[in-house]
Amino acid sequence: MTTAIIGKPLSRVDGRQKVTGQATYAAEFDQPNQAYAAVVRSTVAAGRIASIETAESEQAPGIIAVLTHHNAPKLAYAPHKGFTDPVVGERLHVLQDDRVNHQGQPVALVVADTLEQAGHAATLVRVTYAPETGTTDVTRVEPVLPTQQKTDQGSTQPPETRRGDHEKALAGAEVNVDETYVIPRENHNPIEMHATIAAWEGDHLTLWDKSQWVHGVADEIGAVFGIPAENIHVVSPFVGGAFGSALRTWPHVTLAALGARAAGRPVKLMLSRREMYYGVGYRPHTVQRVALGASRDGRLTAILHDGYEETSNYEEFSEALLSASQFLHSCPNVFTRHRIAPMNVHTPTYMRAPGEASGVFALEAAMDELAVALNIDPVELRLRNEPEQDEFKNLPFSSRSTRECYRLAAGRFGWDRRSPEPRSMRDGRLLIGWGMATATYPMNFAPASAMARLLPDGTAEVASAASDMGPGTWTSMTQVAAEALGLPIEQVKFSLGDSRLPKTPPHGGSMTMASVGSAVQAACRKAREDALARGGANDLAAAMRRIGQAVEATADSAPGDASKRFSMHSFGAVFTEVAVDPDLGETRVRRIVGAYGAGRIVNPKTARSQCVGGMIGGIGMALMEHSIVDARNGRVPNANFAEYAVPVHADAPPVMDVIFAEEHDPHVNPLGVKGLGEIAMVGVAPAITNAIFHATGKRIRELPVTPDKLL
Amino acid sequence: MTSYDVTRRELLAGTAVAGVALAGVNLMPEFTSLAAAQDAAPAAAPLDIVLRVNGTEQRLTLDPRTTLLDALREHLHLTGSKKGCGLGQCGACTVLMDGKRVKSCLSLAALAEGREITTIEGLAQSEELHPLQAAFIERDAFQCGYCTPGQIMAGVACIAEGHAGSPQEIRQWMSGNLCRCGAYDHIVAAIQDAAAVSSSVGGG
Repeated sequence: MTTAIIGKPLSRVDGRQKVTGQATYAAEFDQPNQAYAAVVRSTVAAGRIASIETAESEQAPGIIAVLTHHNAPKLAYAPHKGFTDPVVGERLHVLQDDRVNHQGQPVALVVADTLEQAGHAATLVRVTYAPETGTTDVTRVEPVLPTQQKTDQGSTQPPETRRGDHEKALAGAEVNVDETYVIPRENHNPIEMHATIAAWEGDHLTLWDKSQWVHGVADEIGAVFGIPAENIHVVSPFVGGAFGSALRTWPHVTLAALGARAAGRPVKLMLSRREMYYGVGYRPHTVQRVALGASRDGRLTAILHDGYEETSNYEEFSEALLSASQFLHSCPNVFTRHRIAPMNVHTPTYMRAPGEASGVFALEAAMDELAVALNIDPVELRLRNEPEQDEFKNLPFSSRSTRECYRLAAGRFGWDRRSPEPRSMRDGRLLIGWGMATATYPMNFAPASAMARLLPDGTAEVASAASDMGPGTWTSMTQVAAEALGLPIEQVKFSLGDSRLPKTPPHGGSMTMASVGSAVQAACRKAREDALARGGANDLAAAMRRIGQAVEATADSAPGDASKRFSMHSFGAVFTEVAVDPDLGETRVRRIVGAYGAGRIVNPKTARSQCVGGMIGGIGMALMEHSIVDARNGRVPNANFAEYAVPVHADAPPVMDVIFAEEHDPHVNPLGVKGLGEIAMVGVAPAITNAIFHATGKRIRELPVTPDKLL
Repeated sequence: MTSYDVTRRELLAGTAVAGVALAGVNLMPEFTSLAAAQDAAPAAAPLDIVLRVNGTEQRLTLDPRTTLLDALREHLHLTGSKKGCGLGQCGACTVLMDGKRVKSCLSLAALAEGREITTIEGLAQSEELHPLQAAFIERDAFQCGYCTPGQIMAGVACIAEGHAGSPQEIRQWMSGNLCRCGAYDHIVAAIQDAAAVSSSVGGG
């Protein structure tokens, strides 16, 4: 029986909670007798703490404890590598010694009766430093090869890859493009600031935490404190955005637990907006050289993509910066090299479409430059280089709808009315530009578990420790469960965000529906089959009445060997129209049309929200976002929403169009989904900068394209 | 600007005139210089205040530094009003004060006495959602939901102010409320829907 609930544009099941203020985020689980913590952070990027004076702070009203490396307990910090941790290096240890590795590193923790008292007393801790010469200027650091590199599938690959002979092909190419593209550091900046409430009962700890991975938090804090992860209960039902910032368990979670232990009371710690720039990761500054060689008729003969990105000097962060260049376009000679630039900064992390957002920007900007050099339409250039298979892996694509995406998006956009010459389209005094880019992101699928429990009254409870930072996991999983159970959606209650529920992978990499959804579907099917068999009926309601007690099933999902037989990715095409003021240099995005081949769409309503959200994120990346890093000391002078510009209502294009190409991919996972959250961000920034070139004739290769760069 | 749009600067000016014991209190610990902190006087004695929130009088004893947002969230446990920056830059804390939108993180609780404060928790009439709340669900005008209470309170005010006449006008007058998930397109549509409802019933 199928009820065809998957594919329906349903409103969110948690919508009422969110519009009435009843959805409860990490800092909102107030505990009896709760105290408040505030963090004191280093004002140098490198060196040692020479002295730390806490007497005045300790005497301030309401102070319960002031912790520094002098009096904080020595923590176990047992070896632990979570899926979201860099493969090489060791996490930052807090309040364990006098070393300072980066600006804004925690050096003391103040716990007080009230928020105001904690915040004030934190200003009374006097710290002096023996500073050392740190590395904080990304333009002067010499990039090095990483020890290992993570691929988009989470495994490792050498930092250099090659097929064919790119050097010979570049030297012999009829047409060449060879340019360098720079993307500055960007911060996730979810509107909810990271927060943790920690409460101990003996050696059991409860953490109400902003997290994209509750089991990751339990595992990490267990290792840090040397207690079994099972003793740690992590609760995180609602996450106020994260975009990757809550994938790892950052030092402030340890600090909250330390504070609660020192105070002997539950402790709440919410970071300030400024602190959000010094301890929850960021998209690293990247520098990428892309060299393309092509024949006059527009066939790629060589791709060189050589990129490096900043990381800390205690962990080697790396992301799939160059992966797309290995397979997105057909090319016989391809070389990629990935390097890192270790500095006295805190470790960067995955930010929406990690790797692809940055790497595809460089590749697709270079492709646009090649189209101009060849005098070929940018869409036509891509069609001429459409691969028959993944030429890097030598595998067929499980599905690839690039041609369909170009056709759908170009048609909706009206691309055939484009006048190819730069500065040839105007609206009054404004310069109009049309640009496009290709998008791609891997289909990720990791093992997950779920539980389904049918009740005698004919309803069902379904649960998995998944997260919902905004895409609509609460709703889409309820749909998957209802369809698998053959029940109306109102009779299914789905739960997530609790480490006592069945394990899931991190809520990132666009893998939640593939992974958790497949487990939910399997658990529900199993429970339904069990109930029908035990109840001896074809009708589930009748069977459950007859059984008279709950029927429960758990199931695991895990990828099979499909990745050995297929290359599995989402693909898309993004078209934009910009208007550039020739006197003010201001760029406004007027229209965005995106078409995506992302497999099955579980809920077109929430899927559209994800896609327009990714487009807005891409506008920020292209035109606004830049965490300025003071080269002298690693300080971020614009660590707030007034000076770190993000798109606001007035920046949203009047026209935003999202098209889903019809795709049936039986290979990727049981649900046939390929993920949406990341690909929605990919391709937007290059489509905008390509449109800016078309409008102005100016090629800006360093983001963001602020007005000064166009004047 | 009306007197209800209280900024931190106005608050400080106002307290100087009123002689409320706030001098030397560190209102912005993040931006306090070391020298200023050294000069800081001990915190003033707690204040007994009465806040009128969603039609109910609430008696509180508060540190005079307590913002209206923290009074709501930390003391009254009305956590629908969100903290996204504490600096008046994101709008997640937007509440209505005597019907006008204010950023509650920039308002001191002590100075909200005598004002009628409406938070997201007080917007629905028991089970019946406010038309803008219903429109937010229908239009999927959010993802994570964290900026949503502020967007809705600002949207209610935007409509009441007569600033919801066109999508362009809404975008301008809602630009103080950031949405990092990027739901702007849908928020504007929801406000248009609710504005149409309120004009069809003759205002409100």
